[in-house]
Amino acid sequence: MKVSVTVNGTAYERDVEPRMLLAYFIRESLGLTGTHVGCDSWRCGCCVVVLDGDRAVKSCTMFAVQADGHEITTVEGLEQGGKLHPLQQAFWDCHGLQCGYCTPGMLMTSYALLKHNAKPTEPEIREAISGNLCRCTGYQNIVKSVQQAAAAEVG
Amino acid sequence: MFPAAFDYQRAHSIDEALDALAAHGDDARILAGGQSLIPAMRFRLARPSVLVDINSIADLAYVREADGFLLVGAGARDFALETSPLVDKKYPLLADVSAVVADPVVRQMGTVVGSLCHNDPAGDWPVAALAARAELVLRNKKGTRTLAIDDFLVDSYSTAVAEGEMAIEVRFPTPGERTAGSYHKIERKVGDFATASAAARITLNADGTIAKAGIAIGALGPKALRVSAAEKLLEGAKPSKDLIASAAREAEKIADPSPDNRGSIEYKKAMAGVLVGRALVSAFERLGVGGLK
Repeated sequence: MKVSVTVNGTAYERDVEPRMLLAYFIRESLGLTGTHVGCDSWRCGCCVVVLDGDRAVKSCTMFAVQADGHEITTVEGLEQGGKLHPLQQAFWDCHGLQCGYCTPGMLMTSYALLKHNAKPTEPEIREAISGNLCRCTGYQNIVKSVQQAAAAEVG
Repeated sequence: MFPAAFDYQRAHSIDEALDALAAHGDDARILAGGQSLIPAMRFRLARPSVLVDINSIADLAYVREADGFLLVGAGARDFALETSPLVDKKYPLLADVSAVVADPVVRQMGTVVGSLCHNDPAGDWPVAALAARAELVLRNKKGTRTLAIDDFLVDSYSTAVAEGEMAIEVRFPTPGERTAGSYHKIERKVGDFATASAAARITLNADGTIAKAGIAIGALGPKALRVSAAEKLLEGAKPSKDLIASAAREAEKIADPSPDNRGSIEYKKAMAGVLVGRALVSAFERLGVGGLK
């Protein structure tokens, strides 16, 4: 089946089997390997991408054909013109990652959160990322990072 | 693992979806949020040969009030209820549920009607729908029928949706005066299936006695269970600690849980009582009746 999708502002057209999962489509068909696959079964949130600008979705639990005609933002789409997105800068500044495996999902889930709620409280941040697992258990600094990014974007 | 191969059909209207269902019969499944169906397909627990995607049907994602009901269309996601000021203000039971289904990312895709159609024994929406006395609107090419939730939820992972039929809407009665509800569940972590859950919806008479009660429990049997004995006991009585304890005992009696690594049968039966108690206390508190803990 033909799939036309805009990822990080670039239009792609590919022919895929309906059972191709979006995460694998992004990684293997489009070569954008920033999106990680962790548990491969909806539980861990490593594969989160943003659909149509403000919805965080687990790309391992969506088919590529469902994205036809839609816009997707992956972690590669955050940085603009060589400048890190405020969330990425905050994760850097606050040491919001250790091994980094969960980071793309954490960033994209937080990105969608800030689209809906520009100034989230700490409990709201913790709730928003509760579907994203960090096996390094680096949650304290991840939360601090999102707080810093929210302050930076507003300020 | 990737799902077994299937044909994908995108419906742009309910009629198109019904045509596809009529053409493929039992081999076809509706794809809404996909947050239960896609994992089931990946584990090869489900192997539909045709998926009919309803995500492109315009005007199916509504959450609005009409004719004494909150109408939730088959395209409405949990997130829409979670962030709805109307639900927050007037439907405390539904607001409770919409904030605890799966995890926040799953809720941005998963739908209320889809959850009811999946009818997972540990699902949240079937429990709330029983307590709230919801109705399901089913349509096929010949017409539309409305079913009470009790008749809709047939057994584990099975509903009254017939071949060629699609659930297009769930309707929750709008709470009248002196009505409130609540939902409580125990889960090991966010996103895990419930260890046990309970929903309560209470309407009080002007004199403070209970006019109507809806009590249901989840993850405590082959499907969500209505605790009719507790409802009978509550209706006509005055809220008290003893009354809540008696209602909780009725839930323990009908709970029929399976033991797993979330807990033993004994533990889960005890939690049936604990959670019905908590749901009732919260519902009464929301009605201004305190001191019942």
